[in-house]
Amino acid sequence: MIEIEAVTRSYRMGLFEVNALRRVDLHVEAGEFVAIMGPSGSGKSTLMNIIGCLDVPSTGRYVLDGIDVHDLSGDQLALIRNRKIGFVFQSFNLIPRASALHNVEMPLVYAGRGEDRRVRALAALESVGLADRARHQPNELSGGQQQRVALARALVTEPALLLADEPTGNLDTESSLDIIRLIARLNDGGRTVVLITHEEEVARFAKRVVRLRDGLVVSDDPQPRRVREGA
Amino acid sequence: MTVAEALLVAISGLSANRLRSGLTVLGIMIGVGAVVLLVAVGNGASVQVTNQIESLGSNLIYIYPASTRTAGVAQGFGSGQTLTMTDVQALTDHSQAPDIADAIPIANAPGLMTRGSQNWFAPVVASTQDFATVRNYQIQDGQFFSQSQVNSSARVVVIGQTVVDNLFGGSPQAALGQSIKIQRQPFTVIGTFVPKGSQGLGNQDNVAAVPITAAWNYLTGGRGKNISQVVVQATSASTITRATQEATQILLADHKISDPSQADFSTQSQQDILASYGQVTQTLTVLLGSVAAIALVVGGIGIMNIMLVTVTERTREIGIRKAIGARRSDILLQFLIESMFLSGIGGILGIVIGWGVALWLPHLNLSVLASLGRPVVSVPSALLAFGVSVGIGLFFGIYPANRAAALNPIEALRYE
Repeated sequence: MIEIEAVTRSYRMGLFEVNALRRVDLHVEAGEFVAIMGPSGSGKSTLMNIIGCLDVPSTGRYVLDGIDVHDLSGDQLALIRNRKIGFVFQSFNLIPRASALHNVEMPLVYAGRGEDRRVRALAALESVGLADRARHQPNELSGGQQQRVALARALVTEPALLLADEPTGNLDTESSLDIIRLIARLNDGGRTVVLITHEEEVARFAKRVVRLRDGLVVSDDPQPRRVREGA
Repeated sequence: MTVAEALLVAISGLSANRLRSGLTVLGIMIGVGAVVLLVAVGNGASVQVTNQIESLGSNLIYIYPASTRTAGVAQGFGSGQTLTMTDVQALTDHSQAPDIADAIPIANAPGLMTRGSQNWFAPVVASTQDFATVRNYQIQDGQFFSQSQVNSSARVVVIGQTVVDNLFGGSPQAALGQSIKIQRQPFTVIGTFVPKGSQGLGNQDNVAAVPITAAWNYLTGGRGKNISQVVVQATSASTITRATQEATQILLADHKISDPSQADFSTQSQQDILASYGQVTQTLTVLLGSVAAIALVVGGIGIMNIMLVTVTERTREIGIRKAIGARRSDILLQFLIESMFLSGIGGILGIVIGWGVALWLPHLNLSVLASLGRPVVSVPSALLAFGVSVGIGLFFGIYPANRAAALNPIEALRYE
């Protein structure tokens, strides 16, 4: 599903060249649930941008679901994001002034799907338990509800990969558990999930934990079932 | 993303900032309204001048005596006395001039008119029995003077509505058969003209027509059988040029002048007059239109300004849309539609307002506007103004929309 080989990403900051990622290797198979952890500055945001096709590696190879993203144009990357990836962000990132239903429909709009758009969007809202809030605007929903709308938006295109960047970072404990259980259930249903977080309680739900530090992978271990069930 | 979907997004974006959108629309509305109104005013002036010139009669050619020279100094226009009744008779000879329908002499006299204690000043036009038909005056009551009245220098007069108003309290019937004094000479009113009601080229209803012979005998005192112009009517609009040539040939032969450059008269057709006035009014229209176009450009800059603000404000939204799969062209389309929607609404409102003011303006009875005539809104100019306004939305929207489309999704998502 995800093949990252010797990926480097460097930025120029004034006179200095900063390496956010240094020859990182990471392979994720379909159906896995991987948590990427690390302190701020470890390069986990850069890695998430590359996995999400929002950014491309400076050197190295990244193949997503059989497609090498190297040399793809901005519009081609947009197409891959639309078809292959469902994003969930820390700050929900719903479009204000648009109803929950409209927000969930939006990826289908950009995919150019017309006829069954409404039905699929309603089904996605149903699956996160928010069918009764379809007409509400984001500012009329609680944080937990907004994140569930965002989750529905990420799932509506049936993406190969669910990419969640600190999905519980702006939520209280109860809503956090709600969301992470929802994500875990999706993984149980077969969906590949990559989760970026710095909270151990959240990472506990993953089947595999990758730790980054200073742009390098420092550990990559399967999570014992016993730890996960304790959560 | 289809245009219809982009339009829905644009409308929801614009309605979120109603005041701001309204003010931007106002800028375009004023610009388009000004274009529609001022072009209408220019057209109105043009139509008014054309109507007035045509109300003088149709297919006319004016022949003036050349100015006399006294010791090398040219005297006033038409001050020469080279035109005679013999010329007029020669011009009406159809065998020599097949394209000339009629020709009348015109002499002018001062006209202080009195009736009892009332007095009024109206220019006296002295001519022959054909004056009314050639100059397109209709008789309201009574009749115009006849050939025999011209031959016998009858002291009869036909007066216009303004004279009726001032001497007879506005009643044409009361004027018939009454005697009035023109320059202290008694004349009998035998008819009144239907009002022409036009203004601008002088009030054509303030007129008194008398037989030219009577004018020579009683009014022009001592200036002999002066003819200040001859008005020739061509048989149709298409024969005006030929009729002008025929008239020139006849008069040159009559006056025994072999070199046309030495002619002691000059000719001017109605078309010449229309053309020269047409140039003036066209210049006026262009001038007014360009002033209004400046307002339109200022409105366009307003749109660009507001679109730049909108793009900055919605940077994060653009980032979200890009993350979930919007292509460059989707974002471009969304913001272009938004700016074109703004300017298009402004254009429609501007046409409505400009048109409305153009219709309302004549009801104000402002003397300044009277000489410009009733504004005439031309539908093509209104449609053009609408097209231009949408085009302005497109033109001034391209830069902001491009900026939005070119945003890097990572930076846009981080934008607070």
